[in-house]
Amino acid sequence: MTTTLEKPVDRPLPYFDDRLIYEKSRIGARAWRVPKNDVKSQPAASYLSGVALRKTPPVLPEVSELEVIRHYTNLSRLNYAISTTFYPLGSCTMKYNPVMNEVAVMLPGFREIHPLQDDNSVQGALALAKRVMDYLAEVTGLPGVTLHPCSGAQGELTALLVCKAYFEDRGENRHLVLIPDSAHGTNPASCAIAGLKPVPVKTGPDGLVDVDDFKSKITPDVACAMITNPNTLGLFESRIHEVAEALHKNGSFLYMDGANFNAIVGVARPGDFGVDMMHINLHKTFTQPHGGGGPGAGPICVCAALEPYLPVPRVVEDKDGYRLEEDAPKSIGRMRGYGMNFGVMVRSYAYMRRLGAEGTRRIAEFAVLNANYLRVKVGKHYAVPYDRICMHEFVASSKKQREKGVHTIDIAKRLIDYGYHPPTVYFPLVVNEAIMIEPTETESKDTLDRFVDAMAKIAQEAETNPELLLEAPVTTPVRRLDEVKAVKEPDLKFNCCVWEPT
Amino acid sequence: MPYVPHTEEDVREMLAAIGVRTLDDLFTSIPKDFRRSGLLDLPPSQTETEVMRDVTDLASWNRNADGKPCFLGGGMYRHLIPAAVDHLQSRSDFVTPYTPYQPEVSQGTLRWLYEYQTMIAELTGLDVSNACMWEGPTAFVEGLRMAASVVNRKKLVVSRGVHPHTRQALRTITKYLEFEIVEIPLGADGRTDMAKLRAAVDDRTAAVGIQSPNFLGVIEDGAAACEIAHGKGALAVGSFYAISLALLASPGELGFDIATGEGQPLGNYLGYGGPSFGFFATKKEFLRSMPARIVGKTVDREGKRGFVLTMTTREQHIRREKATSNICTSNTLMALRGVIYLSMLGPQGLKEVAEQCVEKAHATAERIFASKGCAPAVSGPFFHEFTVKFEQPIEKVRDRLARREILGGIELRRWYPEYSNSLLFAVTEANTKAECDMLVDAAGGIF
Repeated sequence: MTTTLEKPVDRPLPYFDDRLIYEKSRIGARAWRVPKNDVKSQPAASYLSGVALRKTPPVLPEVSELEVIRHYTNLSRLNYAISTTFYPLGSCTMKYNPVMNEVAVMLPGFREIHPLQDDNSVQGALALAKRVMDYLAEVTGLPGVTLHPCSGAQGELTALLVCKAYFEDRGENRHLVLIPDSAHGTNPASCAIAGLKPVPVKTGPDGLVDVDDFKSKITPDVACAMITNPNTLGLFESRIHEVAEALHKNGSFLYMDGANFNAIVGVARPGDFGVDMMHINLHKTFTQPHGGGGPGAGPICVCAALEPYLPVPRVVEDKDGYRLEEDAPKSIGRMRGYGMNFGVMVRSYAYMRRLGAEGTRRIAEFAVLNANYLRVKVGKHYAVPYDRICMHEFVASSKKQREKGVHTIDIAKRLIDYGYHPPTVYFPLVVNEAIMIEPTETESKDTLDRFVDAMAKIAQEAETNPELLLEAPVTTPVRRLDEVKAVKEPDLKFNCCVWEPT
Repeated sequence: MPYVPHTEEDVREMLAAIGVRTLDDLFTSIPKDFRRSGLLDLPPSQTETEVMRDVTDLASWNRNADGKPCFLGGGMYRHLIPAAVDHLQSRSDFVTPYTPYQPEVSQGTLRWLYEYQTMIAELTGLDVSNACMWEGPTAFVEGLRMAASVVNRKKLVVSRGVHPHTRQALRTITKYLEFEIVEIPLGADGRTDMAKLRAAVDDRTAAVGIQSPNFLGVIEDGAAACEIAHGKGALAVGSFYAISLALLASPGELGFDIATGEGQPLGNYLGYGGPSFGFFATKKEFLRSMPARIVGKTVDREGKRGFVLTMTTREQHIRREKATSNICTSNTLMALRGVIYLSMLGPQGLKEVAEQCVEKAHATAERIFASKGCAPAVSGPFFHEFTVKFEQPIEKVRDRLARREILGGIELRRWYPEYSNSLLFAVTEANTKAECDMLVDAAGGIF
């Protein structure tokens, strides 16, 4: 009988100095110096007489350059990342981030241009943006494109504002949005800001939107519906065109959350099956690296009727070349400071050019192939509630293992010991003990097979030593963390702030 | 095919395991009418070499600021960036993970975010910082939105000195939140007219919003704005230039309740305006109303220190339509550049950068103002960005600047018709003496 959890991966702990950069600080230590001021001038203070100056200087780390290099190099090694391990985080499309894109974005001609330069001095940037727009219009089948939004969530909000502006222009005040109960939380959150009220729609027993329930909720007050397709169960909403037709008959629009676009890109175009607007997470489908939580970008693509309402500035091409258009009478306006997350566009552009027409279709084909292969193989050891051909991801459940007292969280944590980043867990909410797995197209069969082996071994461990699994992970620099303590005794900065929660 | 590793044999075995014959069989849930058999109308696939040639060509069409005199500002500034920033930030184990949902394998990200929150709290002089936002302007908008929800009022009083784009974004984003937005004009010195601000702030006011230095580069009287706001039970929300916080009174010292700002000057390139990051800090009593992600310290089951995402009940994936914000994916990697930058500079380095910005800007401005036909458009105190009103037609001045390949300045009449024939110039430590001389010559009209 085993008494401790074995360490399945013979992986030495990364070097781990627990100290924060502040705890390495020594008064007077320096790393980098600005060149001496060669412009003849007075000391700064003399130019700032009469202005309120800082009384207490900010406390910042005082360390040597080597200390900085070592500190952050070692911190980076504490992360699991796509570059080091399989990362099947469902709904996040953790595909390989081509390294050439990082080289492209660092070209001085891209990184050293200012957003207020004259258009004629940034023709390359605007041309690149326009080509990204043309590509997105082609893959979505929706002609109106803006690259403006900061992220998927802001893309969503932008689209809702565009939709609202359309109706206002017609003197209509529609305020309802139909949203399936399996939707991502940003959908209702974005509605709230756009002054729209979400109306939940049920998911049927087949894991798809209940079309009858949906149709029964269409009233003259419905501005649009927000549907994620494929949905968060990894299933294609195969009656989406019926839903679209019913909405269109009512004068309403269909918004598609493009979070899962990786499943269909190149194979089906949302514009063809009745979608009127969608956002695209370039950090998912178009391989902008996730960066530990961004940056991303959330361009939106819309049908011709909604195009006049898109935000400014807009990239326009005419006989004199490219320019940023600021004045558009029907536009909702500006959503952020400057035009777009340009660096994200550079990476996505390089990726799009690498793929071309054929490679674009291969994304969806192999993402779906990989997901189905895992669904079948993982399904031998775990429950798969909607066990049929899925799209780019599927949702398993630890229902079987729960009988032994092992929950999804334990399986997720144990996967870490096998060297894998866990899948998305406890989402979507419509599945109990959900384990949402999205392998993406860039993973090889060999990687998937090894992952299946780990999942099988964990299922076995859940059978024979269920109580031990609650100990996982055992191979990480820290073990399971007390999240309740973090909330009850907020400590959000170094040294000086534990207080009573208000 | 690029980035798809499968061999033909792999595909055969996998299809067999699934129990289908072809890849197309995997897509039968998509109705036939909408499934495309052929390829889309896109260019053919290219090799890495071909794509690099293409993007290098596109990049070469842009006139960039590398090694050229750049005096453009307006919220985005060209500062020197230590080599360590590019080097460390580009480490793939920082670049390719996602949001640290699984803290045991994300301590790297979580730890530097905790350091980041400490640095931002220190710079702003406030109690708590979130784990970064998208960019400066939207951080400011979120600050005003948060203030409105904290004090439960709907009126926002915002200075016209706030970046015009930020004010435009505020109106777009909050259009349906039934806010009443009142804009306060600037006085002859380019500062917010405090008498008019005082008159506009009343018992219905949720927040006073100002930017300092403001869009004209003028340092505002932040303490007065806070006093006016607090006098009526409103919050004071500010947008600040990060580098200036090393010298100027911190938002906390001035009395601000919420401090936001553009993170780009902290170790990020201009990058045509994005992605950068936004910082956001507030007082501890408002912690639970703060938007975006927050990292907190805790312990693991063995009592070892560790870090986690915390207070997630504020966020959209739990609270849905009642969330404090819809922000989800933020601009984390750009904030990492900020953390490395601040670690490399330290308090002394940052102070020296700030001082040099002030010194070079003021010395250059004085020389321009000494030239014939050049005067400041506004008289208030500035930090590193200043206005010049020209007697000559502005087109002539711009032509002289362009001929010397000088980037900048920004023409003010685009947003402020009252400042006709005026340009806005920013000078930083990155500008050399030779560049400053060129600017003086070009602006001053010496050929």
